[in-house]
Amino acid sequence: MTGFTGTELIAAFSALGAGLAMIAMTGVGIGIGYNAGKTVESTARQPEAQGTLLKLMLIGVALTETAGIFALIIAIMLLFANPLI
Amino acid sequence: MELGPRVIFSIGNVYITETVCFTFILSILMLIFAFVATRNMQKIPHGAQNVAELIVGFIYNMVKDVMGDVSERFTPYMGTLISFLAIGSMLGLLDLRPVTADLNCTAPLALVTFIMIHYNAVRAQTAVGYIKELSSPYAFMLPLNLISDCMFPVTLACRIFGNILAGVIIMTLVYGGLKTLSLHLIPVPFLQIAFPLPLNFWFDMFEPVLQAYIFTMLTMVFIDNGRHPVESD
Repeated sequence: MTGFTGTELIAAFSALGAGLAMIAMTGVGIGIGYNAGKTVESTARQPEAQGTLLKLMLIGVALTETAGIFALIIAIMLLFANPLI
Repeated sequence: MELGPRVIFSIGNVYITETVCFTFILSILMLIFAFVATRNMQKIPHGAQNVAELIVGFIYNMVKDVMGDVSERFTPYMGTLISFLAIGSMLGLLDLRPVTADLNCTAPLALVTFIMIHYNAVRAQTAVGYIKELSSPYAFMLPLNLISDCMFPVTLACRIFGNILAGVIIMTLVYGGLKTLSLHLIPVPFLQIAFPLPLNFWFDMFEPVLQAYIFTMLTMVFIDNGRHPVESD
């Protein structure tokens, strides 16, 4: 086996870290699923409130998504703008 | 793969990137549209005036729904935000780099929103009431409230930036993949013609409108919250 240089090692583990960071999306998926499910439930109960509910759901989805977006930004940073290399 | 916006030219240490150029071009085009649409207005609108009235009416209704009686004061800012962010993110349709796929474009907008929220909060409930609101429900919550207030513009800027940048990356990968695939068959990238259309629709049309709407909606909701704090019981 040939030896690795430090930069190669950092690059390899950065790629691994980018993949691991995206695990955060699991929670985001669960959260958005709950959100959408509850909205469908409320719409079935009170169909005339659909417009308001849709608006509230979109805001809720955006707020939930933020955690996932942070993970995505970290992953992108590790791959393309790595501060360690 | 080069991810950041390309530098077009630089004056000393000041780099003029694609983002800056497209922002200026977009602003000038929007100004020209506003100017042309509102010259020589008719009682019965047609043509460009119709479109302008539709947009302005939609924005006024949207702001009025959320902010109520004081909405007229804030409507111009909200209208600027939603139209600039929506059109700026849709530049991918013209095979240009969307201006909001750059943190340098979204962060200042979020900063303006942040200043606006706190300026209006102090103005509506005086400095004492503002500090009291920050240290509710208990005094030791003050640092936590401060941190959560300061994180708001960061999340606001990162949300639209992350979404649009993810769209740019995925579209680049899809177009590159289709090109490689079609070059195996004949030396013309014919697979790029209609196959990426659903993705284009999602990332270049639906997502920008949704993100611009959410940016504006959160700005409105937080300004409204700052002006009328929620009564704690």
